[in-house]
Amino acid sequence: MTTPFNNNSRYKKSRYQQWYEALFGSKINSVLTIASLYFLYVTIPPMLNWAIFEANWLGSNASDCNSSGACWVYISVWWQQLLFGQYPSEELWRLVLCSGLFIILLTALILHKRLRAPLPKRLLLISTLLYPFIAFALMYGGFFGLAIVETRFWGGLFLTLVIAVVGITTSFPLGLLLALGRQSTLKIVRLFCIGFIELWRGVPLITVLFMASVMFPLFMPQGVNVDSLLRVLVGVSLFAAAYMAEIIRGGLQAIPKGQYEAAKATGLSYWQAMFMIILPQAITLVIPGIVSAFISLIKETTLVYIIGMFDFLGIVQFTASNSEWIRYTKEGYIFVGLVFWVICYSLSRYSRTLEQKPSNQH
Amino acid sequence: MKSLLSILNNTRIRSIGYQVITLSLVVLFFAFIINNASSNLVEQGIASGFDFLNSTTGFDIASSLIHYDSSSTYLRLFNAALLNTLLVSFISIIFATIIGFSVGIIRLSNHPIASRIAAAYVETLRNIPLLLQVFFWYFAVLQPLPSPRASIDFFNLVFLNNRGLHLPSPELSGHVGLFFSVVIISALLLLYWYKQSKKYRISKGRNRNKSWWYWRVIPLLAVSLAIYNAANIGVNWSLPELTGFNFEGGGVITPEFFALFIALSTYTGAYIAENVRSGIQSIDKGQVEAARAIGLSPFNIMRFIIIPNAMRVIIPPLTNQYLTLTKNSSLAAAIAYPDIVLVFAGTALNQTGQAVEILLMVMLVYLFISLVIALLMNIYNKHFLLIER
Repeated sequence: MTTPFNNNSRYKKSRYQQWYEALFGSKINSVLTIASLYFLYVTIPPMLNWAIFEANWLGSNASDCNSSGACWVYISVWWQQLLFGQYPSEELWRLVLCSGLFIILLTALILHKRLRAPLPKRLLLISTLLYPFIAFALMYGGFFGLAIVETRFWGGLFLTLVIAVVGITTSFPLGLLLALGRQSTLKIVRLFCIGFIELWRGVPLITVLFMASVMFPLFMPQGVNVDSLLRVLVGVSLFAAAYMAEIIRGGLQAIPKGQYEAAKATGLSYWQAMFMIILPQAITLVIPGIVSAFISLIKETTLVYIIGMFDFLGIVQFTASNSEWIRYTKEGYIFVGLVFWVICYSLSRYSRTLEQKPSNQH
Repeated sequence: MKSLLSILNNTRIRSIGYQVITLSLVVLFFAFIINNASSNLVEQGIASGFDFLNSTTGFDIASSLIHYDSSSTYLRLFNAALLNTLLVSFISIIFATIIGFSVGIIRLSNHPIASRIAAAYVETLRNIPLLLQVFFWYFAVLQPLPSPRASIDFFNLVFLNNRGLHLPSPELSGHVGLFFSVVIISALLLLYWYKQSKKYRISKGRNRNKSWWYWRVIPLLAVSLAIYNAANIGVNWSLPELTGFNFEGGGVITPEFFALFIALSTYTGAYIAENVRSGIQSIDKGQVEAARAIGLSPFNIMRFIIIPNAMRVIIPPLTNQYLTLTKNSSLAAAIAYPDIVLVFAGTALNQTGQAVEILLMVMLVYLFISLVIALLMNIYNKHFLLIER
């Protein structure tokens, strides 16, 4: 005798049945199937036609784009500006070298534990600490006979990455101090830190950038002129530090109280306890949070266009002022969006894998 | 010497010392910048103080909810710009919530195609800068639309062109205020009665008689109808009409507003979808199984089990999204939507040069909005937490 109950475990649906059920199993699913198929039919073929089949791939100026599709000539004409802004062509090797060094350093930092013969830690530490200076020397020049390239020539993806990377790295120590200050028992320190964090978190980045560009010069002694990029970097770092502080605080709060008490009981001072016991654990916990803060910072750096800097997105706006290319900003947006997407998506996947790693810390 | 060391090692004294140092550093820093700022302002001949708020601006803005023209004061400008910021934030928040909840739920559905489309939507929009999306909608989608003379029209009532979306708008005549206050009072009364009957049901275990409802709703309807007649409400639709190079009459949604609104609501919608998804996923499977076991319908499972449970997880990040959206509405400055950053921190600042006062006001506005939204959401959150038994 077969009843639907005791045979359930042996009854296996064929793949066809599974698909049928998923697509038309219920009324709602049928409606969803029809709606989504229609949606795909309406969007995908015209998009592919525009972007690939009817697109213009070859040429050297806008008049080469004569079919109805996308004008990818735009990218081949403007790629240098999109990547490096107005940085002089004959000095571009410096930026390429810089990014090459950055990639090598990053790979070494991420993979050094998996090498058969691990790199000495001291070497890694020294090269990490040295890198910013080397990078600055290469980018700005003025050392070793390199010509000075002023920051107003910096632009494109290069500028975007400089602001984001400098912002996140400088915000880390600042945010750490703010997070510790917010948890401190010293009332004035705590109040100051809370006020600082909430002030920056409560206002949009754009007002911070406005501050950096119009208010900051007023605050400097007369005759002191601070480079506009530096002002933006200061603003972005302070802004990011407030967010970083909250992320690190989350990590600090996740550490069981016993750890604090045990550290105190062994006679460690506040700073010893923090740097030897609490922070190493807390920071490992918050690395995914830091990565997502970095992602938002990368996206938000595009705002510097509003105060007149030509970052990656700003260059597209710049090309729109060129009457020959004004019709092709769509291609520019899509290209820039794609690059941003690749960077941000891969970073977010990376942070997700970090989150999923089983932590056997405690 | 030894006593000095012991004083230095005394934790209380040290903690006071640290605080004194912090405080004096902060005071010194502010003294430094204020001193510099005042001497710089004198040097550049810029006035300080808030007197400028009472002088006339001399420039006009593109759209405003309250009456504003070039002879209005800066205070008026501030209010108009603030209202514009609130308007676009409020409408985008509503749509972002709708988009977020629908996409989040679709993403969790077992439907293979629809859930993947929802996932693609979320992953695409979240990983592209908002400013780029605003530019895309404004410069690549709305600007290339045809000119007013060649508008795309829908039934000769709604016209879409590069100056915006022109819609018919109602003009009410008669005692409008009286009518709307009656509508609001009736709605509140109905809500109150509903709550009362619910209380009754919970305490007595049965519903109120139908006549209980009749005795309340029918008189209310009668009174409302009488007042509606007395108020003599007339609706006059003003239709958009092409005169010369542009449309006149009717209402218009400007492309600046439209681009900002679409970008904000779709972008934040993607984030809200993720919050909704994780909120629903956080519900213990046993809850749903138990609900199914006692015979609740799928809709009732959603209504009584999943949503109340998930809301507790969803609300805190949702609040954050609302705050972020409001702050992100400042991207208006990039496409010339007359919000507080563009016209106040931008145009007014350039006109008066009073950077410190103006930026202070703008930042306080955002801080204030953040506080209010946080407060409202905390109240709502408490409401949901109280249900916990």
